[in-house]
Amino acid sequence: MSLGLLLVQGLNGLQFGVLLFLVAAGLTLVFGVMDFINLAHGVQYMLGAYLGASLAAWTGSFWLGLVLALPAALLCGLVLEWLVFRHLYERDHLSQVLATFGVILFLNQAVRAIWGSAPLQMPVPALLEGGVQLMPGLQYPVYRIAILVAGLAVAGLLWLLVERTRVGALVRAGATHAPMVAALGVDIRGLFMLVFGFGAMLAGFAGVMAAPVLSVDPGMGDTVLILAFVVITIGGIGSVRGAFIAALLVGVIETLGRSLLPDLLRLVMAASPARQAGAALGSMLVYIAMALILAVRPRGLFPVRG
Amino acid sequence: MRAALVVLAALAAAPFLGFGEGYSLTLLARVMILAMAAVSLWLLVGGAGLVSLGHAAMLGIGAYAVVVLDDARVTDAVVVVPVAMAAASLFALATGAVAIRTSGVHFIMITLAFGQMAFFTASSLAAYGGDDGYTLYGRMTVLGHRWLEDRMVFHYLCLGLLALVLLGTRMVLGSRFGRVLRAARENPVRVEAVGFSPYPYRLVAYVLAGAVAGLAGVLLANAAEFVAPSYLAWQRSGDLLFMVILGGLGSLQGAVLGAVGFVLLEEWLGHLTEHWRLIFGPLLVLSVLFLKGGLVGVLRRG
Repeated sequence: MSLGLLLVQGLNGLQFGVLLFLVAAGLTLVFGVMDFINLAHGVQYMLGAYLGASLAAWTGSFWLGLVLALPAALLCGLVLEWLVFRHLYERDHLSQVLATFGVILFLNQAVRAIWGSAPLQMPVPALLEGGVQLMPGLQYPVYRIAILVAGLAVAGLLWLLVERTRVGALVRAGATHAPMVAALGVDIRGLFMLVFGFGAMLAGFAGVMAAPVLSVDPGMGDTVLILAFVVITIGGIGSVRGAFIAALLVGVIETLGRSLLPDLLRLVMAASPARQAGAALGSMLVYIAMALILAVRPRGLFPVRG
Repeated sequence: MRAALVVLAALAAAPFLGFGEGYSLTLLARVMILAMAAVSLWLLVGGAGLVSLGHAAMLGIGAYAVVVLDDARVTDAVVVVPVAMAAASLFALATGAVAIRTSGVHFIMITLAFGQMAFFTASSLAAYGGDDGYTLYGRMTVLGHRWLEDRMVFHYLCLGLLALVLLGTRMVLGSRFGRVLRAARENPVRVEAVGFSPYPYRLVAYVLAGAVAGLAGVLLANAAEFVAPSYLAWQRSGDLLFMVILGGLGSLQGAVLGAVGFVLLEEWLGHLTEHWRLIFGPLLVLSVLFLKGGLVGVLRRG
């Protein structure tokens, strides 16, 4: 294990964390404002990737695919909200979990029926091909850096939107005390449609960005969904700032744990058991970290409601 | 408990009513084993008000205990069953101790996360087949006898254990312990004011449910003679939760009705089309939206 490997894996971790944040941001805001737990948020990410990959293949351009996939993802989110989710706001969390679980079953299968079970490929755009030299003899793909930059830029925009605009103030107020905001004459349902559609689009954006580097397959949304849940639980539900910090933390722990632990354990045990124990421990690390954080702070790092 | 008794009686009579051949008996065993797991989840959701989205992990740990012992050539039920139940209870104790400190949505997410942790651990167990799963050498022996190889014996064993689990859960819910548990579901503040701390009660319920699910896991492993990480997948936890809701949270027998309804629906749709989840998913959504009170509620009204 060298310094270069550590650097590459650290960057991969940050980049994964940024993607996680894009998914988790919508999830945490939707939960914060409407007290609505949406398991089907992960499929928005998957739909983004599938739409992006097929639109890019259809138009022959990554950029057109990206630009067209965003409104398509937004539309999917709004249709789902209209068809299913708005009937669940008044229901308990258990009903919300189950109904959105049903939506996942349907959409995962629909994707399989339309695109097949085999993973889809999406080429890296020509503009972002190749690599940059991090250290002598160490190349890092430009595209992965672009994901990191784009993700951070969107995170910055989101921060501006939430912290510095009137709509953002309403969203924050809604996350802290929704009935009070509604009593002051704000159309909380309209606000929620906005937050929901925006969250769906962010998740779709993450999906399109991830498509060229990760595999586009029918189960991809589920993995991200559960990590996004870990993120918002650690960060404190409803807190965008908490989601950002927790997302980077989870991304780095997950990536470094999986890649470095087998090597680290080899220092103290034989190669074959070290590989197995390392792989097992590496995949558990995020959840252990979450358990530790929640044992100390049961409401997460930045709880919104007191 | 009338509906549950009717179901149990039907299951007892099924082998003599034309459901005696291999395929039907396998399906019925699956119904009974999942019903057992659903009853244990009902204790948490309906009894204690703890919505766990990681219950399949307990089932899976029971099943993987069978695998680990099978690999070490320990296959007698006298050893396997207690070890598997203890393993599932220990996992429940360790994860429950953290999870029960939280409530509501946090609890749902934490149980989901712990379930995933168990899933990834099972997938990385290369010695036991990793992602591909593990085929058992054979079913458990009971004190050296190969009784469980007989389908009929296995059928009635599952039935007997399901009845036992139902009875036991009913007794637990009716006891002083169960009353505190249910009171804490309705109003934790008042329960504390009366002088009870809900935490230990909930934790004990969580461990009990884990042990029963572990037992169901042992049976599931033996029914299929095969175990894979997919047993622990979070979708399986969602399925179990759906069984509980489909049956109805109002009564314990809902868990049994829900399991029967779920497995039969899955089986029937699976015969119709390869993409049966396209129908199953919307049915799930519709049943949540419109079937308030579950199948038990429908029976009461009808």
